[in-house]
Amino acid sequence: MIYEASPFAIGLFIAFVLAVLAISSYFAKKTQSSKGYYAAGGTIHWGVNGIAFAGDYLSAASFLGICGMIAFDGYDGFLYSIGYLAGWVVALFVVAEPLKRFGKYTFTDALDYKFGSKGIQLTAAISTLIVSLCYLVPQMVGAGDLVTPLLGLPHYAGVVMVGAIVIFIVATAGMTSTTYVQFIKGGLLIVFSTVLTISVLINGFSLKPSENYHVFKTIPAIAAEGTVTAIADPSYKIAGTFKDVKGHYLKLENGGVNTWWQVSENDGRTVLKETLSMTKTADGDVLYNGEPKAARKFFQVGHASKIIVDGKEVEKTGSVGPFAFLANVEKSEVVRFAKAAFADGKDKVTVWRQNPTSGKEIMRPGLKFKVDKGSDFLSKLNFVSLMIALFFGTSALPHILIRYYTVPSPKDARKSTIVAIGSIGFFYILTLFMGLGAMLYGVLDLESSNMSAPLLAKYFGVTLFSVISAIAFATVLGTVSGLIVAASGAVAHDLMSNYLGIKMTDKGQVKAGKISAIVVGCIAILLGILCKGMNVSFLVGLAFAVAASANLPAIIMMMFWKKTTSKGIAASIVVGIVSALGIILLSPSTYADIYGLPAAQAPIPLDNPAIISMPLSFITLVVVSLLTQKRTA
Amino acid sequence: MAHGPSTKWGEDKASGYKAKLGVYLFIFYTLVYAGFIVINVVNPKLMGVIVFAGLNLACVYGFGLIILAIIMGLIYNYLCSQQEYKVNK
Repeated sequence: MIYEASPFAIGLFIAFVLAVLAISSYFAKKTQSSKGYYAAGGTIHWGVNGIAFAGDYLSAASFLGICGMIAFDGYDGFLYSIGYLAGWVVALFVVAEPLKRFGKYTFTDALDYKFGSKGIQLTAAISTLIVSLCYLVPQMVGAGDLVTPLLGLPHYAGVVMVGAIVIFIVATAGMTSTTYVQFIKGGLLIVFSTVLTISVLINGFSLKPSENYHVFKTIPAIAAEGTVTAIADPSYKIAGTFKDVKGHYLKLENGGVNTWWQVSENDGRTVLKETLSMTKTADGDVLYNGEPKAARKFFQVGHASKIIVDGKEVEKTGSVGPFAFLANVEKSEVVRFAKAAFADGKDKVTVWRQNPTSGKEIMRPGLKFKVDKGSDFLSKLNFVSLMIALFFGTSALPHILIRYYTVPSPKDARKSTIVAIGSIGFFYILTLFMGLGAMLYGVLDLESSNMSAPLLAKYFGVTLFSVISAIAFATVLGTVSGLIVAASGAVAHDLMSNYLGIKMTDKGQVKAGKISAIVVGCIAILLGILCKGMNVSFLVGLAFAVAASANLPAIIMMMFWKKTTSKGIAASIVVGIVSALGIILLSPSTYADIYGLPAAQAPIPLDNPAIISMPLSFITLVVVSLLTQKRTA
Repeated sequence: MAHGPSTKWGEDKASGYKAKLGVYLFIFYTLVYAGFIVINVVNPKLMGVIVFAGLNLACVYGFGLIILAIIMGLIYNYLCSQQEYKVNK
């Protein structure tokens, strides 16, 4: 669809960027030591740190990704909210205080505190870099996607802009400026997500989301032996057909414009239902519903087709409370859109057909993750593996763990985690309302689920859209800043200072950290531009899977098993990285989405590796530690 | 070697108690979380059963896991603070 930049959105965005740059410049003068650069001097108040945790953790994947997934697949998207939040329990009860006690600036410090092992320093630093880069790329690509609707700029401009601002934030005042940027962004995100949710509840939902919502046509037709021979509307002529297991579609020509229609049965009669389509022609043109993009025929969609309130069918719900909103969705029927792709001669066609879905199916797992209808052993194993990775991955993400060093004491680390759980948990509850709102309000852009939350805000006016879009952009800034601090710490502190033993003064360490941040930032910009249009969601899964498999077993066993050795930790990190990476790179999703090969050819039938790679990492640590007891005793 | 904490604080005699309490609460929450996964895998239709205020089990259990994490966090903090006050005087 076509987005238009609003002057208010541009003004708001510029004001936010200027505020961020001013904060960074202000703290730059106060950040002269390595302690200040890597750990904000260890002086951040636990309340500020808790909200900064939220600003750090609630990335574009959380805000844009989860809302979009709920808007397209219902409750299955909310599973991510549950898993991401549950992971904080591991952080609070097991990791928070010990990590603060043992570590100095990086996650590697904590793992290595009683060993002084080169093996741990190297492997943990590599793990930090892999997880951080896997997390960075989707954020940068997301930034590029956001500037197009917000500022009307091309994708690469968004990536360069985010990269440049973040490099400035990190290179001026390191963790101090990063903390306050994350604090402001986390606070704004929670406040305005609440505003958006309240707007949804006050508005309720109706059969016709807005006055200019597109009314989808249905044309009666006559079919003989599965082939349509005539249609009731004489203005349309049959221009082509496609039929296989993906469905039966008819190409109709009207006034020189070709559109695709789904052939289906309605009460025993054949009817043609209007679809949305995108055609990539052989000569490189892209047509939306048969016309160029500028014709604006690729409508925003998503609406309720039946609304039941108190047992009666109604046209709209009116204002509702949060429980009543969810209960009404449960009893209603919503038109979702199912995607199918096929070839029409030399043209490549993608159609989105109407897919009326009962609220009962939307409000429980199963539309995306096959646990009920159409499930098998492997699909259930994939689901379990995903939930394990979400649960155990959070507390092993390096950019999250380094935030424990910014508070004065272990007690503050604990309290800030509780603030984080409260604020992040509250936000994740809101995602269900925002996602369902987007599903019902006719705002979905079928080409990009990520725009669901900003487009829902646009339903309520340009002001809210501008604020939410600016916050979404800030979301990227906050998370990317944290990731670059973590990655620069891994390079300058773990690898250069500790592993390679390069002697540096305190000022030299700060300089090395800043140069590392600039280099990592430039790499992130490059990857963000190169990965434009690529399905990068698997990278977030990769980051969680590697964190859960490589980092968590090492953290847990280092704290709770006295026989743990440095070689055991280093080996488990290597096995965790290799097994998680290996399984994902050989998985059906990667084969289909990244390599463009049939998913059935993938040698490993699992998409989510944690259920295999995590135990493997634990076992490796135990076996290697037992084998190396005497040498380390 | 550049290790050791970035800030200094006094000895914490409650750290053993807090670690043990943390592990117990972690195990309890993990069991509740595992219950959510098991129901989805073994008896997914149960998730569609209406259990409270028109909400199905999937919603109630999902919200419950989020709210339980917050409540358990507050309880944990209260008990830890009490112990810290008691033994670190």
